[in-house]
Formats: sequence, C-alpha cells, structure tokens
Amino acid sequence: MTIDVPTTGRSLPQLQPISFIGADGRLTDTPTEGLRIPSDRTLTGLYRQMVLVRRFEAQVTHLTRQGRLATYPSAAGQEAAEVGATTALAPGDWLFPTYRDSAALLTRGVPVPEILAAFRGDWHCGFDPHEYHISPAATPLATQTLHATGFAMAAKLKGTDAATLTFLGDGASSEGDAHEALNFASVWQTPTVFVLQNNQYAISTPLREQTNATMLADRAAGYGMPGLRVDGNDVAAVFAAVTAALERGRNGDGPTLIEALTYRMESHTNSDDPTKYRDAEEVEHWKQFDPIDRLEKYLRQTGALDDAGVDEIAEAAETLAASVRDAMNTEAEIDPRELFAHVYARPRTALAEQQQVLEAELAAAGHA
Amino acid sequence: MSVETGTDSTTDPTAVNDETATAASASNVGSAPSSVTMTKALNQALRDSLAADDTVLIFGEDVGRLGGVFRVTEGLRAEFGSNRVWDSPLAESGIIGTAIGMAMNGMRPVVEMQFDAYAYPAFEQIVSHVAKMRNRTKGKVSLPITIRIPYAGDIGGVEHHSDSSEAYWTSTPGLTVVTPSNPADAYSLLRESIASDDPVVFMEPKPRYWMKETLSLPVTTAAMDRAQVLREGTDVTLLAYGPTVRTALDSAEAGAEHGLSVEVIDLRTLSPFDDETVSASVRKTSRAAVIHEAAQFGGYGAEVAARLTERNFTHLSAPILRIAGFDVPYPSPKMEEYYLPTVERVLDALESWDWEL
Repeated sequence: MTIDVPTTGRSLPQLQPISFIGADGRLTDTPTEGLRIPSDRTLTGLYRQMVLVRRFEAQVTHLTRQGRLATYPSAAGQEAAEVGATTALAPGDWLFPTYRDSAALLTRGVPVPEILAAFRGDWHCGFDPHEYHISPAATPLATQTLHATGFAMAAKLKGTDAATLTFLGDGASSEGDAHEALNFASVWQTPTVFVLQNNQYAISTPLREQTNATMLADRAAGYGMPGLRVDGNDVAAVFAAVTAALERGRNGDGPTLIEALTYRMESHTNSDDPTKYRDAEEVEHWKQFDPIDRLEKYLRQTGALDDAGVDEIAEAAETLAASVRDAMNTEAEIDPRELFAHVYARPRTALAEQQQVLEAELAAAGHA
Repeated sequence: MSVETGTDSTTDPTAVNDETATAASASNVGSAPSSVTMTKALNQALRDSLAADDTVLIFGEDVGRLGGVFRVTEGLRAEFGSNRVWDSPLAESGIIGTAIGMAMNGMRPVVEMQFDAYAYPAFEQIVSHVAKMRNRTKGKVSLPITIRIPYAGDIGGVEHHSDSSEAYWTSTPGLTVVTPSNPADAYSLLRESIASDDPVVFMEPKPRYWMKETLSLPVTTAAMDRAQVLREGTDVTLLAYGPTVRTALDSAEAGAEHGLSVEVIDLRTLSPFDDETVSASVRKTSRAAVIHEAAQFGGYGAEVAARLTERNFTHLSAPILRIAGFDVPYPSPKMEEYYLPTVERVLDALESWDWEL
C-alpha cells in the first residue's frame, strides 16, 4: 500500500520556445500550445511601438552618457517582451514593472519626463500610479511580484476583472520574493501574469551561474500553475501568450508564468563594462534574433508593411527622440521643501521642526 | 469566491464553511464593565474594525482557523468569512508584499507577523516599500497597512521568540510605531492604527497579553501620538513602553518606599515621539531614565536620551539613563531573568545618580 495522493494534474512546459515568426521572418513550425498568431494589423502596431521603443532606449542611453541622467538601464534588444506583454493589457489591468521597463511605461502612455524623472534624479517616481495603472518601477529585485499578487488578490475579493502583470528577470528569479509571489498567487489563484524576461545576465552574472534548471518556466509546475517558455524576441508569441494568460486570470483560472527568452544588448546600465563578462561574438550571435528585423521582414512578406510605412514609423521615432532630448534638456523644477511633504499622511511636529532647519538654510543661501 | 461544502481537505484555502459562521459580532460593544485581557481587547478591536469597514482584511500565519498562536484573531474567520480573514502561506515577506498590493487596490490589510524575530524575512518589504511608498509617489499611493508584531520576552520562549525589534522600525522614516501597555490602550490604539492612512507597526507586548483590566468596550483612550503620564511624581521621570511600563510602575512603588517621588510615562507611540509631554515632565523632575527590553547599544533609549538632552539640557540635574537589556543576544528561558531590566536594576540605576547635585 502506498500513500494515497493525487498522481495527475502536473504538466511541464514544452522545451521548444513558442515562436510564430522565426529569426528569418518566416512562420515557424513550432508547436504553440493552442495560441494563435495575432492579426497583421495588431502586429503592425506592435512593430511600430517596438521601433519607437528602440529609438527611445538609444536616445536615453545617449543622453545618459552625456550626463543628462544619473543612470539608465536600457532594455534594447528586449523590445518584443516589453511591448508585446504591455500591449496585451486591458486598460483596467495594472502593470508592476522593474527599473528596466521604461519601454513598458512608454508603451502604456506615461509621458517621457514622468518616466525619466527617477533616472534624472528629480524624484523616485515621476508619475501617478493610479493615472496609468502602473506601480512605481521597483528597484529592489522581485519585490514588485508580491505587490502584483496582492493587488490581484484584492481585485478578486472586490469582484473586479482587473488582472495584474509583473516583469521580473532571470536574476530576480533567484530572489525569495519571486518564489513567495509565485506561490501566493497560485495558492490564492490570483489573476496575475508573471513575465520573466530571461535576458541571460544579471548585471554580469550569466544564467548558468544563476540557475541549474533546464529552464526557468519549469518552476511553474512546482507552484501548481501553467508555465510557458516563449521566444521573447518574437513579439507575436509574447503578445499571444500574455493575452491568453490574462484571459485565464480574468476567468478565475489563476496565474501564469511566462519565460520570455531574450538578450540584453546593452550593458546593465551606463556604469558597467560588459567586455569584462561577455565577448563581442556573443552579442553578434544574438543580433540575428533581433525582434524588429524579423517582424519587418514578415510584415513586408504579408504586404502589411512597405517602404512608405517603414519610413513613416522611422520618422515618428525621430520625432519621439527629439521630444526626449527636449524633455531631458529642460531642467525639472524641484522644491527642497517637498522633502517633507509626502512622508506621512498625519503631520508630525518633529518633522515640521526639521523643515524649519531647512527653511533657515535655504534663506541663508538666498534660495527663493 | 466559492464556499466550502465539504469538511475535509479544501482546495480553496480562502473558503469557509457557512455553518461555522456565527453572528456573535459586537457582543461586547457598549457592554457593562468586565474583566478584559489585552488579547481580548485586541480581538475586539479587530472585530469592530472588520465590522466598521469592509476594506479591512486580516491574513497571516494561522490567524484563521486557529485564531493566531496567541488567539488574538480567534473567531474572526468564522464570523466574517474567509474572504475577510484567512490563513496565508508561511512566508512573511509574502504577507507584507501582498498586503502592499492589496492596499494599493483600496484595501486596509491588518497582517500578523507571528513572532518578532519572524518579521525579519519581511524587513525589505517593510523598510523599502511600506515605509517609502507614500513619499515615493508624492502622496498618490498611501499604504494603510497595520503590521501586528508580538514582541518582548519573559514568556519562557525558545530562541527567536522574545526579540524586541522596535529600533529597526523607529529608525525608518515613513513608519508609525505603536505599542500599548494595557488592554484599554490595546483596543483604542489598534482601532486608530487600522483607521490610519499611514502604515503602522503595531507591537504587542507578549508578556502583557494576559494582563486584565476592568473595561467596557469600545473604549477610546488618548490619541495615538500622545504619551501618557500614568503616575505623577516630582523627583524622577521613568519612561517606558509596552512590557516595561509594568516594571516602571512597580519601580515607582518601590521608590516611594525609599522616599522617591517617581513620575511614570507610558510612551505608547514610539514614532512619532511625544516631545511635548515627555519634555514637560523631564523639566519638572530634572531626572529621567528610559527602560526597555532591547539591548542598550543603539537602542530606542539612545534616541530618547539624546533628544531629551538636546531639548532640556539646562533643566537636567543628571545624565539621562538607559535601563535596558544587556548588549547580548536575547537569552534562553532559564537565563532571561538575568537579562531583563527588573525593578532592582531600575532602583540601582536611580541610586547611581548623585542626588546631592
């Protein structure tokens, strides 16, 4: 006699990453677990946004090198994951991003100065989370995955149909909070989608020194939730997988873990030196999987995109870049008194006393 | 959410059996004075908060079916259902992190860290997010979360069950830190903490859980950010909070036998600090000592002594003393009586002053 426990109900993700459009711009014959390729119209919109995002990242990185921003973590190369996942969200859904997800914020409509306020050093978060349904970008690793889970739990308790999506990386997948979030979300069956962007590096530490697992999506099985591995550079696959996962969550079927295989083309931020931990050949190798090139090829084949369309989008990207330059070349107004303004809802006498100290210092310095 | 119909294993941990739900709510509201333990007062504060506000949620380790290891949440799951009160997975960072998300979505979570030292896995979520979210978002996102932490020793607890972690929280801007010393304050301060739009670390003194007081609930005591003079005196001010308020009152009684007139102040809220009440007392008595269980070095008493000295130096006749636990890890049960600040240690400290000055 053996211990009587359930012996069914566990399934592992397929090994082959789900992909619709291969690196050559042609449809693949990869099994897609029931997902369907988005329409040409949707794909054209995704293409346009990826081009904008890439130009944005390049422009901000450039401005950071010029000293206009304190630091900047670029998601260049990860445009498909950023744009594909974010575009799948419904307006009422909430996004819980990390510091590397400015592209997602841009895609959701956050104005450039508000996205970059934190990196320029104006304030830790430059936008109103309630206005855009986006949590402040988390700088500590994986902490936001729990916020996404809790937010979705409240949505479930209130009976609203809001789902949540959180990004995390391969490095953050080692954090305890990532484990706790996946577990809580599955136990509570919250409508939460975890998009794990496996960009192969945590600053300088390669994936193989982060995990000994065959793939990170396998972890989902351990939490009793579905896991998918997608070609994170195929925006069609990302969009389809995230759309289906959000729908699953909204239908009351709980969370999903999606591992998006991608590659961080830039350094971690402007302040590290990637030549110390990876060689140029590896970067060249990944260029052949570029998310934008392949989609352009594909959409030209289907006739959804032509030279005029590509040129118009490139022009829009230049307009965006110019607006980024203008925004970052304009100094934001900061008010030192604001140090004290938002710490507590309930005013504190001792803090008011410290504010008087600052006021005196400002007056002595001739500050308005 | 679904309602559990079976009696065995449940697949939905947030489901509750309807039959166990009772309507015992508010049985003590407006009741005649009766003997109430601190645990009972806290339980009633939670019950009344749940009844008053639909957004109040209670979750944590064993707070549902069991009613918490100290029974502070006893009966609440049955009364309010498992959508309001439920057992979470055993992970403190997960509890605080998900409470943050719920608060962002309009809820008012009241979560329990089962023991003080077991709150440490949640340190990052509390310090980096609970404390900072409001400031980070320029007031757009408030986190009205109450984090209940049973703390302090003298209960014969094995290692990690007797810590006093207050200084970690009080040194973090953005947190309000409250600790009652008696059942009436336990009720009133917990109600006020839950209603507060600022996050509150609510520290419950374990050795006082079984302390009784004749009360009728609900009761409203002094406001959350006020210290309270519990005993008036003219020679020395003893500042205490949570578990050491009893020690201070006993010391005052013993001091009186030696001809010392001791004033005792219960700080009640550690952050913010009630400078007005405490400084007024210290200026009157010209001598003060602060008593806490936590180790002395870098402890909360250091802040109290420093700020009182800064503000009242010319009124002082003696240095402000810290009567605290020793600077060693919290000891095992048979050793704790040698560690904890006792009436004898308090009296010895008071005698160390040169009273002729």
